[in-house]
Amino acid sequence: MSATASGQQPTSGTERALSDGRVALYRHPLTVRLTHWVNALCLLVLLLSGLQILNAHPALYWGEASPFDHPFLSFGSGDAPAFPGWITLPGYQDLASGRRWHFFFAWLFVLNGLLYLGYALLSGRVSRVLAPDREQLRHIGRSLIDHLRLRFPHGEEARRYNVLQKLSYLGVVFGVLPLMLLTGLTMSPGMDARLHFLTELFGGRQSARTLHFFTASALVLFFVIHIVAVIAAGPLNETRSMLTGWFVIKPGRRS
Amino acid sequence: MTALTRRKWLQRALGAVGGMTLTACDRIAQSEHVNSALDWAEGLNHRVQRVLLGRKALAREYSEKDISREFRANGTINPDTEEYNALAKSQFADWKLIVGGLVERPLQLSLEELRGMPSRSQITRHDCVEGWSCIGKWKGAQLSGVLARAGLKPAAKFIAFYCADTLELSLDGTGQYYETIDLIDAMHPQTLLAYEMNDKPLDIPHGAPLRLRLERQLGYKMAKYVMRIEAIEHFDKLFRGKGGYWEDRGYQWYAGI
Repeated sequence: MSATASGQQPTSGTERALSDGRVALYRHPLTVRLTHWVNALCLLVLLLSGLQILNAHPALYWGEASPFDHPFLSFGSGDAPAFPGWITLPGYQDLASGRRWHFFFAWLFVLNGLLYLGYALLSGRVSRVLAPDREQLRHIGRSLIDHLRLRFPHGEEARRYNVLQKLSYLGVVFGVLPLMLLTGLTMSPGMDARLHFLTELFGGRQSARTLHFFTASALVLFFVIHIVAVIAAGPLNETRSMLTGWFVIKPGRRS
Repeated sequence: MTALTRRKWLQRALGAVGGMTLTACDRIAQSEHVNSALDWAEGLNHRVQRVLLGRKALAREYSEKDISREFRANGTINPDTEEYNALAKSQFADWKLIVGGLVERPLQLSLEELRGMPSRSQITRHDCVEGWSCIGKWKGAQLSGVLARAGLKPAAKFIAFYCADTLELSLDGTGQYYETIDLIDAMHPQTLLAYEMNDKPLDIPHGAPLRLRLERQLGYKMAKYVMRIEAIEHFDKLFRGKGGYWEDRGYQWYAGI
């Protein structure tokens, strides 16, 4: 490991100089890569099977119960399923199968998430890689403008995550994903007998179901932004780094 | 190629690719191996909830003002058989609940006798597997009291409920509604053979004359139109062997989530 040209601390792990002057950084350790892809698979299956389950009663309510004539939001009309076959799992209407897929991948999601959290906390990754420093937070406005213009750092500044990246990853890992799990558990009549404070917190079982849907929608939005950012920042480099761990920067360039 | 035909071609190509992925997905979804692997999660849900909930954790109870104005009746809303209609005509005065199987003292209980047994009244939330919830007030004989009077034999592991309604017409008779629960749930204080709903005798859409209330699980476990209950050791010989009408059609036997 060596100090960088600009005198910044290297963020983590090893790095090696490439023949063309670029530098390859070992950015994502194996546990991060593995849990990233398992999580991606889980969220895809959970989304598709979740829409299958929602098709059984495509209406959302606030409160504990369902006032059928006053839904908060309802989808579709008539006999056709509210969500078409190409975004449900299975592709035909089958609540029993949807539930089976949903609970299996929910467990996988939880176990995978625990593995990631355990690693990220014990290895110090959260504080070292994900927590933004004061300097970064002060320039959040500038970072926002750069992002909106789809201009991403490729040089020294790309050694570490930028402030918006850090905040959105922290938000997803410690906010959105746990909320997904907790609103899901709140819908369980069994868990409700033990964890009623969750039902109170979310304002009732039907509110929890509605929040489960909106939280899932937030994840879909995160996914879209994530993919746009990967494409804009360099899809090959970004994808390679999440497959092999190695991320390439161009130290000569400021941005 | 004109823009129109190009667009058509593109649509068809996308449709074909989409179709192939869909068929592949559905083939996986229908595979028996895949489904039995997925059932691992049901066992995990069951065990974890049993540990977390124990035998006595009570489902949340509500107050009178929380009772739903419309309590949806799902599944069968009237068994409509000759036998059932005759019973209904006399307000179930001639009806008797048959309690048998692995018990010391088989019973036949009229509604009057059930009303005379240890009872409980509770306002609870009914969660349907489809996703909706309704709050209602129930009164009924505690199942534990009925079983105590009959005296369970040591071999008894489950209680089966046989119903008057047939949800699916089939040649082998497996379309008749039935359910099974284990003894932990059977002995739970909120597990009732309910004969009253919202302070009135249970009506036909909601399962007259008697339905099961099993508050820590989903609605499909709470058999309506209960005619006979039986203490049994296994349920794999009943109907299609999965322990309930919906379980035989792919739903979880343990419906706590």
